Amino acid sequence: MAEISMTVNGRKVTGTVEDRTLLVHFLRENQGLTGTHVGCDTSQCGACVVHLDGKAVKSCSMLAAQASGSDVLTIEGLAEGGELHPVQAAFKEHHGLQCGFCTPGMIMAAADMIRRHPQGLDEKTVRAELEGNICRCTGYHNIVKAVLAASEAMSGKAKAA
Amino acid sequence: MGIEGIGARVVRKEDKRFITGLGRYVDDMVVPGMKHAIFVRSPYAHAAIKKIDTEAAMAMPGVIGVLTGAQLKDDGIGNLICGWMINSKDGTPMKMGAWSALATDRVRYVGEAVAVVVAETRGQARDAAEAVEIAYEEMPAVTDAVKALEKGAPQLHPEAENNLIYDWEIGEASAVDQALDGAAHVTRMKLVNNRLVPNAMEPRAALGHYDKAEDHFTLWTTSQNPHVARLVMSAFYNVAPENKLRVIAPDVGGGFGSKIYVYPEEIICLWASKRTGVPVKWVADRTESFLTDAHGRDHVTEVSLGFDRDNRIVGLKVDTIANFGGYMSLFSSAVPTYLYATLLSGQYVIPKIHCNVRAVYTNTTPVDAYRGAGRPEATYVLERVVETAARELGVSPAELRRKNFIREFPYQTPVIMNYDAGDYEASLDAAMREANYAGFPTRRDEAKKRGKLRGIGMSCYIEACGIAPSQAVGSLGAGVGLWESAEVRVNAAGTIEVLTGSHSHGQGHETTFAQVVASRFGVPLEQVSIVHGDTDKVQMGMGTYGSRSGAVGASAIVKALDKVEAKAKKIAAHLLEADESDIVIENGEAKVAGTDRTLPWFQVALAAYTAHNLPEGMEPGLKEGAFYDPTNFTFPAGCYIAEVEVDPETGHTEIVQFVAADDFGNIINPLIVEGQVHGGLAQGIGQALLEGCHYDPTSGQLVTASYMDYTMPRAGDLPSFQVSTTNTPCPGNPLGVKGCGEAGAIGSPPAIINAITDAIGNNDLSMPATPQKVWAAMKASQ
Repeated sequence: MAEISMTVNGRKVTGTVEDRTLLVHFLRENQGLTGTHVGCDTSQCGACVVHLDGKAVKSCSMLAAQASGSDVLTIEGLAEGGELHPVQAAFKEHHGLQCGFCTPGMIMAAADMIRRHPQGLDEKTVRAELEGNICRCTGYHNIVKAVLAASEAMSGKAKAA
Repeated sequence: MGIEGIGARVVRKEDKRFITGLGRYVDDMVVPGMKHAIFVRSPYAHAAIKKIDTEAAMAMPGVIGVLTGAQLKDDGIGNLICGWMINSKDGTPMKMGAWSALATDRVRYVGEAVAVVVAETRGQARDAAEAVEIAYEEMPAVTDAVKALEKGAPQLHPEAENNLIYDWEIGEASAVDQALDGAAHVTRMKLVNNRLVPNAMEPRAALGHYDKAEDHFTLWTTSQNPHVARLVMSAFYNVAPENKLRVIAPDVGGGFGSKIYVYPEEIICLWASKRTGVPVKWVADRTESFLTDAHGRDHVTEVSLGFDRDNRIVGLKVDTIANFGGYMSLFSSAVPTYLYATLLSGQYVIPKIHCNVRAVYTNTTPVDAYRGAGRPEATYVLERVVETAARELGVSPAELRRKNFIREFPYQTPVIMNYDAGDYEASLDAAMREANYAGFPTRRDEAKKRGKLRGIGMSCYIEACGIAPSQAVGSLGAGVGLWESAEVRVNAAGTIEVLTGSHSHGQGHETTFAQVVASRFGVPLEQVSIVHGDTDKVQMGMGTYGSRSGAVGASAIVKALDKVEAKAKKIAAHLLEADESDIVIENGEAKVAGTDRTLPWFQVALAAYTAHNLPEGMEPGLKEGAFYDPTNFTFPAGCYIAEVEVDPETGHTEIVQFVAADDFGNIINPLIVEGQVHGGLAQGIGQALLEGCHYDPTSGQLVTASYMDYTMPRAGDLPSFQVSTTNTPCPGNPLGVKGCGEAGAIGSPPAIINAITDAIGNNDLSMPATPQKVWAAMKASQ
């Protein structure tokens, strides 16, 4: 068993877990944060993407113990002060989700993508960057639209500030 | 149309919980005392089970129970069934082999469940599952349906000689032979429709909870139709009577058909909960999904299409072998018969059609309906052979289609279907305009200068949705009726709850159904809630598949709204001292037409519940239910045009343009309809270019059992789509809607393959058109 502690969505948490416990299972089962999903066993689908110390990671691909001491942000912690994050708002506005299962991972990956491209994004880049996230419902059409719109909204905000 | 009513581009009400991580899927459910199940599955495609020893597993840490098929039989749990009876052409009923939820003496596909371990944690259950000792005696396996019919092939079920489940036909063979004999030109092709894995992103899951105090079961499950699941588990599998079994399908992460069926794991979680005395949860991992979710397609077909001297079609002959896998899944028998052969007339006047279908057992995962179910297979056959015929005849593929279009409605095809409405020329013209079809030669020449082979291909599809008139499907062998139910409950202060038997697993019913209600009374969308997916709340329903929720589910809502409106008008007339026929309800109030006398909607509702002043003899309350049984199928149709560029060096195909022009009849929410088309297109393009299920022919192992091996379409594989709609309203239902969920997956595969074969100059190309296959076909034609 491993004793672990980390910050999750701004809150300090601790836990005792089996050594083999993956970060995603720690979040879902120990923390009750079920917004982060498991869609495959081979780190391909991206439904489990969270931010670890500010960067997007697949939480199925690391042990909870490896994340000990880190700062984790999950989909539940993305909206601030009751206001949707621009990526969340854009997914809603552009119908970038259907069944919603891949959505948390998509949104977390997209937020990271936009952070890494402060100069803005084009369709080709968005499609290439989404390689690690699988959606079966939307055909990606409206996801791409949503990410581009969010990128624009966020760079606009950055410029205004 | 109001800003929130029918026809409005309303963003979805349900999105908020999904984008904030607050959706509630089965794996998110926790009940006190819940334990975890892991299934022990066959590693062999075909083997006899000689012995199962659970002793070592029972001794493992955390293990609560290890259960096998013998115990299942002891408890009287029934075998899985196929619920649609098909008779062979000689009149004999289909040959259904026994399928136990846990195998006892023989396994017939890799992944078949043999035992289940229940333990404190999922990890402990997994460890213990590896300690269950099963002695197998491996037997020869067959995975290919054509080979399974050959003499000397391994035999799967004693009930089905030569692995043949049925040998069915529709139409008159001799009449078609005669038409083809007299034809000026006959195009013949052999086509394979590749086997697919549905791959809903949420893996299947089940949580069974037996309540000893009430002798009552609750199942949370990933189902597209919880009521059908309850009915089947109760009436056929003997899990529990309906009044002692509650089935809840909460948020479900995609279905595409694969979550229609009742699977062994759902039965076992309920049964194991009673056996072990703890709530039992099982969640598939992705490889389990690949191995055990019902697969789709897998047809081998020979087709002949005959034309007269004027290029009019004279006859169509189709001979199909359909791979059913190791067992008959719940609705498997209907897919290659009444959902396939009945669509072979497509958009064309075809005087004579004959189709023969042989359904075959093989040592593979059971096959059933997957997005489109039979209709993509029919469209692929017809649209490839029509395009190829145009090339052979040296005429424009568009004009050959146009010449043969059905133009008068209703139109009775030779294969049962009676098309009620359509305008195929309108969608063809719309697609050709949008694709700038006329400008293609210039684009092809320009591409050639860049060293690319550019091709264009089209597909004019039809589908039958809104399944289905109960009496009609009953006469064709269905074990259930295919109506839908709804209940509209107006609360005392005027908010409205709609209970529906449809189930949303991505389709956006919470928004579109609310739009239908908001339109009727002019109440704000947020005052309307849609309740679905729980057999304790909704009395009965048939669920969501076959693009039926709009045409059938919403029609039931409309019927219930009619009754609510009639009663509300009586109440308003009484209170406003007016004649009932003068009352109109709109914009959230009841008013006397032509006057300024009005009553807010909430006061009508309140009056119904206070019952202080109701018309004489009227019961209090404002709540009405309805069952809607459709009178016909609906017939969405459209034209898709794909344009591709093939790299002659590598065989790689890039889709440079994809145009879809669909006729879905009236549309409730264009935003959601477009999303449905996009998703369908991605699955159809996936089938055409990327996806394919591969079994090792000797061992019967599924080689493509993970996302490392099965090529799912990713964002970079697809273009943005150009989608638009034309509209001939459906005359058969009150909203004039047809259904839009499957069209994309039905119409797109032949459009893509027709485009590639146009580019490379070789009609002989099979799906998925991987670079290797395209390159080989290109070389073969040079």
